[in-house]
Amino acid sequence: MTDTSDDDQQQTTGTSRRGFLRTAGLAAGGAVVGAATANAQEADPLITEMQDWASATGEGVDAAPYGMPIRFETDTVRRTVPWLTADPISSINFTPIHALDGTITPQGCAFERHHSGAIELSKSDYRLMITGLVDRPLVFTYDDLMRFPRENHVYFCECAANSGMEWAGAQLNGAQFTHGMIHNMEYTGIPLRVLLEEAGVQPEGQWVFVEGADASSNGRSIPLEKAMDDVLVAFAANGEALRKEHGYPVRLVVPGWEGNMWVKWIRRIGVNHSAVEAREETSKYTDLMPDGRARKWTWEMDAKSVITSPSPQMPITHGAGPLVITGLAWSGRGAIDRVDISLDGGVNWQTARLGTQGGKYALSRFYLEIEWDGSPLLLQSRAMDDTGYVQPTKDELRDIRGLNSVYHNNGIQTWAVYENGAVENVEVST
Amino acid sequence: MSKSVLKALAATTLSGALAGVIATPLMAQTYNLGRAALPAEIAAWDIAVEPDGTGLPEGSGDVYDGEELWVESCASCHGDFGEGAGAFPVIAGGEGTLTDRRPVKTVGSYWPYLSTVWDYVHRSMPFGNAQILSADETYAITAYILYSNGLVDDDFVLSRDNFLDVEMPNADGFYIDDRIDSEVPQFSAEPCMSDCGEAVHITRRATDLQSTPEGAVTVFALDRQPEAPAEGTDDAAMTDEPMAEDVAAEPETPALDPALVAAGEGLWRQCRSCHTVDNGGRNGTGPNLFGVVDRAAGAVEGFRYSNPMQEVAAEGLVWTHEELDAFLADPRGYMRGTRMSFRGLRDEADRAAMIAYLQSFAE
Repeated sequence: MTDTSDDDQQQTTGTSRRGFLRTAGLAAGGAVVGAATANAQEADPLITEMQDWASATGEGVDAAPYGMPIRFETDTVRRTVPWLTADPISSINFTPIHALDGTITPQGCAFERHHSGAIELSKSDYRLMITGLVDRPLVFTYDDLMRFPRENHVYFCECAANSGMEWAGAQLNGAQFTHGMIHNMEYTGIPLRVLLEEAGVQPEGQWVFVEGADASSNGRSIPLEKAMDDVLVAFAANGEALRKEHGYPVRLVVPGWEGNMWVKWIRRIGVNHSAVEAREETSKYTDLMPDGRARKWTWEMDAKSVITSPSPQMPITHGAGPLVITGLAWSGRGAIDRVDISLDGGVNWQTARLGTQGGKYALSRFYLEIEWDGSPLLLQSRAMDDTGYVQPTKDELRDIRGLNSVYHNNGIQTWAVYENGAVENVEVST
Repeated sequence: MSKSVLKALAATTLSGALAGVIATPLMAQTYNLGRAALPAEIAAWDIAVEPDGTGLPEGSGDVYDGEELWVESCASCHGDFGEGAGAFPVIAGGEGTLTDRRPVKTVGSYWPYLSTVWDYVHRSMPFGNAQILSADETYAITAYILYSNGLVDDDFVLSRDNFLDVEMPNADGFYIDDRIDSEVPQFSAEPCMSDCGEAVHITRRATDLQSTPEGAVTVFALDRQPEAPAEGTDDAAMTDEPMAEDVAAEPETPALDPALVAAGEGLWRQCRSCHTVDNGGRNGTGPNLFGVVDRAAGAVEGFRYSNPMQEVAAEGLVWTHEELDAFLADPRGYMRGTRMSFRGLRDEADRAAMIAYLQSFAE
């Protein structure tokens, strides 16, 4: 929204966000009447004057064989937090969830997390090997994989460290930064079970160890029960090939479980008797507890939600009156059943409307329409899944886990909405 | 051909001709796709090493060779002694810190299995040039990591034969996820919908930390009118459980807080490969820092300062608490052209601790 080309556009039309802000600021004294109901004093030139686009022609077809969002959508971009990591090659960025609606995350703005950078691996160079405790160690080409039966499923992928910077207190101003290590796509893939059956898992095989073709390998151990249940070897997302940054041409999809296990550029599936206890499942992705011991194998992502608008990056620019509150909810243990919203920091709650009720391990979109009187709000959302689990407060989690567990922070988020419509990440007394 | 078709065919009495078409053994429900993996291919890709030593190749390496390899291939990110450089992982030290506010999770203090070290070094390191280390080299680097953590002596030789004899200090420090018993029941009660406790007030604000990337949040939001503090918003509730990210513990008096000095000592590991701080300590890549707080900049004899440092010294810069704080927050931002290749201490509390630690070394 600070992009210059956008500003140019706004100056032409006189409807910039800043313009609104100035108006809202000036009206802050006693504006109770919502902007929408104000009577226009002067005719809107956007209506009364002929505009270029209503006279001249627009672009022809094929101007962009593969299209990008229109140039005004400059806020719908991934962003990173440079101080988080030592090097962008082994780093993470954040989905602009504040700027999206519905539930499906476009691939082009879905968060990235690499351990040794996003590699370029063609379909023709791709090989997948199944080894270990199997009757028939096998190698598949990409074309081989295309001959197995496929399935389509919508699943969220959430990094275990999503909201991890908030353990010690409210830190980052924006739903993108507090909750943006998540995306939700429709995957097309082959059940891992089918490939394992093709190789013939021997009775001693209790785990699979999955590795990527990149320099990090990012190996993770997955118990055979999960591997034979709903894990997918996926090659498409949202109807098209995976993007390079998400593991093109083939990645693993591990529904409901932490994103680190969704190994990208997957090249080997080893069937083992026990867990390998690789770096990413011992040194990292283990949760340090207050007694100095650590939980390991913390795979499931517990139920969680966040209001995406209003939020720090999406302030209220229209003054008092009708206000749409919306956000996302998800659970790695099932489907979202219900989302409640509080306007007063958790004292009173009302149940939101599920605009899209996601299935098992998928994002749900919720809405609550209110009449905002312009007074400060402390917005919270609270997700409930179909196991009966209720999203806890951050302090309830801290009471159990302390401040050093880094991962799996699914506590309730609070946004403070101020009278001028600004929104801030805060924590409240409980 | 779909599985259901295969099943249907299996259930039907097949003619000889049709059975010939379906060469796949029907019991296994396989598709006869792919090909057998060759032994050389399996050897190339199946390189995982497990806690019981499965997968370890023949070979050995000693601390001495490991140190040479370390300095050449690892130290630029992890420091000469595994103390870490910039924000890259610390490999050594950290013993007894796992219950601290800022635990230092290293191979010695945290990693439960030596196999993990060998496997990770062998397959993923060095960063940007992975999978080049031979088995012997990997044994040697692993031996040096053990040495830098004080777990073996300098004449130690690691091999497949004695691999499982090495005791990892935190081997018993992990337990399997118990959330299903320790958390889920507690968080599965019917939630309260109205009058759920006292009215709340804001206890913490993200804006106070200024750690959100610039440009991401609207100017409008940052221009908010701060509200008059509500009753009880004195952060008193937070002081008995300090959350380090915004502890602005700027000492008003020269009396040093021992806890702050101790915290600074923990952070000093990032500095010690270039600086000494003891009285009369040598100059290294950086100058000796004894008595640096409130001393003139660029004043250590015999150290060749960068040009910009000489310039500010000539202008009379003194390393007051404020100046050091600004410098340490962003060294290269504060002083363009400084030779100090340190990323800086983003956290104000860390800087306060570091300065307190430096203050503790003075006449």
